[in-house]
Amino acid sequence: MAKTHVTTTINGDLKEFLCEPGDTLLQVLRDELGLTGTKEGCGSGDCGACSVLINDRLVCSCLVLGVETNGDVIETVEGIGDSDKLHVIQEKFLEHAALQCGICTPGLVVSTKALLEENPNPTEEEARYYLAGNLCRCTGYDKIIKAVLDAAETMRESA
Amino acid sequence: MSEAQDFKYIGQRTIRPDGHDKVTGRANYAADLTLPGMIWGKILRSPHAHAVINSIDTSKAEEDPEVFAVMTHADIPNQTASGVQNILAKDKVFYHGHAVAAVAAVTESAAERALGLIEVDYKILKPVMSIDEAISNDSPLLHDDLFTKGMAEDPAVPSNISSRNELSKGDLEVGFAEAEVIVEREFRTATVHQGYIEPHACTVRYDEDGQSMIWCSTQGHFAVRATTASMLGIEQTNLNVIASEIGGGFGGKLPIYLEPVALVLSKKSGRPIKMQMDRNEVFMASGPGSATRNWVKIGAKKDGTITAMKAKLCYEAGWAPGSSPLGPACMTVFTPYDVDHQYVEGYEVVVNKARCAAYRAPGAPQSEYACEMVINELADELGIDPIDLRLKNVAKEGTQTMYGPKLKAVGLVECLEAAKSSEQYKTALKDNQGRGVASGFWFNVGGESSVVINMNEDGTGTIVEGSPDIGGSRASMQMMAAEELQMPVEAFSAIIGDTQNLPYSNPTGGSRTTFATGMAVVEAAADVVSQLKERAAATWNVVPEHVDWKNGAAINTKGEGVLTAAEICGSAAKTGGHISGRGNISARGASPSFAVHLADIEVDPDTGKTTVLRYTAIQDAGKAIHPSYVEGQYQGGSAQGIGWALNEEYVYNEDGRLENPGFLDYRIPLASDLPMIDTIIVEVPNSFHPFGVRGIGETGIIPPLAACGTAVSKAIGIRMSELPMSPPKILKAIHDAS
Repeated sequence: MAKTHVTTTINGDLKEFLCEPGDTLLQVLRDELGLTGTKEGCGSGDCGACSVLINDRLVCSCLVLGVETNGDVIETVEGIGDSDKLHVIQEKFLEHAALQCGICTPGLVVSTKALLEENPNPTEEEARYYLAGNLCRCTGYDKIIKAVLDAAETMRESA
Repeated sequence: MSEAQDFKYIGQRTIRPDGHDKVTGRANYAADLTLPGMIWGKILRSPHAHAVINSIDTSKAEEDPEVFAVMTHADIPNQTASGVQNILAKDKVFYHGHAVAAVAAVTESAAERALGLIEVDYKILKPVMSIDEAISNDSPLLHDDLFTKGMAEDPAVPSNISSRNELSKGDLEVGFAEAEVIVEREFRTATVHQGYIEPHACTVRYDEDGQSMIWCSTQGHFAVRATTASMLGIEQTNLNVIASEIGGGFGGKLPIYLEPVALVLSKKSGRPIKMQMDRNEVFMASGPGSATRNWVKIGAKKDGTITAMKAKLCYEAGWAPGSSPLGPACMTVFTPYDVDHQYVEGYEVVVNKARCAAYRAPGAPQSEYACEMVINELADELGIDPIDLRLKNVAKEGTQTMYGPKLKAVGLVECLEAAKSSEQYKTALKDNQGRGVASGFWFNVGGESSVVINMNEDGTGTIVEGSPDIGGSRASMQMMAAEELQMPVEAFSAIIGDTQNLPYSNPTGGSRTTFATGMAVVEAAADVVSQLKERAAATWNVVPEHVDWKNGAAINTKGEGVLTAAEICGSAAKTGGHISGRGNISARGASPSFAVHLADIEVDPDTGKTTVLRYTAIQDAGKAIHPSYVEGQYQGGSAQGIGWALNEEYVYNEDGRLENPGFLDYRIPLASDLPMIDTIIVEVPNSFHPFGVRGIGETGIIPPLAACGTAVSKAIGIRMSELPMSPPKILKAIHDAS
């Protein structure tokens, strides 16, 4: 099948790739571009492990086709934080032990960034509903929510 | 160990050594490895729950230009290896999703397309989908050579009942004769799944020289090696299994599904192979925890003294006999209670569902749910506070268990007292709200762990352990090594060795890693200390007994002189070569961890929707090495148990097909479904561990079932006896009662 040439900006870098019409953005990121920080948990938009930002909008990359992203600006977990310093959200996840196995963590870090850009001062309930699309089977969410609220406070103080 | 040890590093909340990789996406899980020239494998699965395979025609798939290899059961070299019929079905399929054939093709989508070219001729049989169906006289048989094990007399005819268990102590007749109040009730629980977020996956390479590599997500890579080597008929030394980061397991990543298939495909195609299950394959073909039907009868005197406890348990195994956790279910059911007269009989049945796998404290949640529900009802009948009733009959040091040993020092009394004085227990409830309390017991295991600590020239060390780190255990290993060597935590890195780096280690399971592998780390660290002291002694020309080890340095007690680990390791080449410590142990003395949970739940009487208002998990850790990750285990176990109680269940249609193999319809708890989960860590040290550790990973999933079951029952004023208590079931109970 003929492949389509797509040009995007991913984590600030110009990225060109070829993909089949049926390839999801998730497949392109992982299998074509080697960006395996974005995880596949379900492939049906139910678990959020593949969360990325497209033009600042939070999406499940398993529900987006690679060919749809021509001209888009995409941010994945690999683009969060600087090479020598973690993002506050990442630091708070570690401080609060908000991960056990860690497979949901990249998606949660991306979703939390989207949450705090939309709402820098979320209530616990707002955080819980915003992150309801990111499944975690290990933690019971307690430490995740505490990390998110602590990150929000720290980011507000430094803003 | 002493009762109150002063610890320098243990008990702190350090940053886990694998943390940066996990928050940045650098950590590599099962599906993250790509090899040069790699192609993709996929499995063809049965659309039928129960059928005879008349024939499989793979010729069209083999002719496809994008296909490199096709295999069926006949291509597995060792046809008699254990579990081989679950890897690929032989002449019969036993569940919807049973693996039938596999292909390797240039891309994953090409492999999926090629599966459609394989023609399988089935003779469809009637499926057996429940305990009630399995034990009825006119039920179809799954296996015509299955005769119930454990009966007084060997049965003359085959059945779907695969085994019978029995345990007892005392004399039930005496016990029930003393009882003034008796409560008996039957409970049912549904088939559930561990629900780990990372699907099973592996990347493998079979080389022309006969040496092979497997990269996979597993709780036990040595077990993957043993199983795969056996199925392929190869020597273990020619197979290296590398444990990737593991994205959850909860027992469900103990079994092996893909690896032998992938390796045969790699051998046939001459290329590296990647295989990954998609989510519906995970639900259909891996996991499930047994559905059960359990009956419990308990008698007590009016003062609350329990006189007799009797249970009859029935567990589904899935299709494969012996796959249920019936044994531990029987052993755990009454252990929180010091009662003279106890009896349990258990039955395992086979049904046309996927082969059951271990799920966190396997067997205990279902059996203890039945016991704890009856205890709470008994408390109501007697007019005694349910915590007081438990305290009056509490298991403690010296209690004779039904399954054999007497308990050593355990922390159930402390957990119950902490529950009673907790904030939550003192809070008043409103209309449509209910509170449930429940205890939980799990044995924990020890077993084989292998550890090497390699000391570097600068005095830092690398801990190489054989236990896949499923929830932050590398942090605990660092802390235990630091404590023993009296050096900063940061002086140690911790990695999971391949099967070629270390001798055998048991899988991460049974809440054994921080306990047993921790003991191996301490032993390896002590070995390092002893060698460091010897080197210092040689340098000073004194005997090693005259050297102390303090604050990460050797001290000459017969003269002047201090040598740090860095100094000794830096000159190790001149004093006898570089230093590594070894701890290859078979750990004994894993001590039980008891828990008590409190659940407050509100039910909307118009919709049946439940809201968990407040939850507290209290559990004995012996000694919490890293308190944050101990709390995390309590919270995570609670959340899984809450899901089991309130929402989760496999739904099958009348043909035995699984109708909800996805996270949308098999609904595990979301962030918006749960409140904060308060934790109280009780610490009654385990005298067998140098730092007092008990395993803590599993117990937390046990109490939520009855805590939630009781809370919902109280909220609606109707005794619920079936899980999950999903909104439709609650609504039906309300309507049936009115």
